[in-house]
Amino acid sequence: MSNAHSSVLRHHFASLAQQKDASSLGMWTFLVQEIMFFGGLFLVYTVYRHQYYDVFAACSHHLDWKLGAANTAVLIFSSLTMAMAVHAAALGQRKATALWLVLTILLGGVFLGVKTVEYKEKFEAHLVPGPHFLAPTEAAHELKIDASQAGQAQLYFSLYFAMTGLHALHMVIGIPILAALAWKAWAGAYGASYHTPVEMTGLYWHFVDIVWIFLFPLLYLIGHH
Amino acid sequence: MSDHVVSPKLYSAVFAALLLLTLTTVWAAGQDFGAYNTVVAVGIAITKATLVILFFMHVRWAGKLVQLFVASGFIWLVILIAITLADYVSRGWSLTQ
Repeated sequence: MSNAHSSVLRHHFASLAQQKDASSLGMWTFLVQEIMFFGGLFLVYTVYRHQYYDVFAACSHHLDWKLGAANTAVLIFSSLTMAMAVHAAALGQRKATALWLVLTILLGGVFLGVKTVEYKEKFEAHLVPGPHFLAPTEAAHELKIDASQAGQAQLYFSLYFAMTGLHALHMVIGIPILAALAWKAWAGAYGASYHTPVEMTGLYWHFVDIVWIFLFPLLYLIGHH
Repeated sequence: MSDHVVSPKLYSAVFAALLLLTLTTVWAAGQDFGAYNTVVAVGIAITKATLVILFFMHVRWAGKLVQLFVASGFIWLVILIAITLADYVSRGWSLTQ
């Protein structure tokens, strides 16, 4: 078991299987911590949405749900390509692994590009919390808010930027890791018996996808009926 | 090795289901379910997350210890949200004053 790839087996593990189990458990411990980390933000969001539902619904209409939905599809697609990278690595397919990883990076780039366009629109519309914030009182539909609710509107957009910003930061961190993996995969560092880094990074990337799966309906689709 | 090689067919099926559920959540947001709009939206999101966790993240084929860790993370999240909301809903606290 360990003779073929003894260079990747650390001396404190009895076997590659044991080493991989330890890696998986460690990665999941990190992800459970991430669930609690994002969980705090989701809790704050839930409490304030409960309190200021009308303002949150009105502000939600200032996000472009079509861009949000398109980005959801892009991110789900990148999860598929990531899963395929792990699959190719497990089969010892050197080039396929690298190519699936590159495709995942490209899709991550598309997501961040769309996010940049959305952020730019928010800056231009003075919807970024702070001294230049202007409450969106000139709504084109029946959900109107008045100037006295500006603070509540800022709260919505603070949560929007905190949650999507933290999510985007996770992707910004993930992309160079994927790039390093693609480079090493191309060089033949991973094979059927050892591809743990690809698998662990896959777990991270899928986790980021899950966070967005919750963010999209909660931020973009409040009170759309 | 404990590696479970999943067929690309299964991955594609999960991908298709996730896209379908994304369309469903957009559609459901446009319907008036009264107080249940949020329940439906969160329910669909939980379903999607479960698909990702079980199949893309291979938790369906993982060892019992990893499955326990994953479950514990979500159980603590539910405790965090449920107990905090129990306070906000039952004590009549209002942030608007």
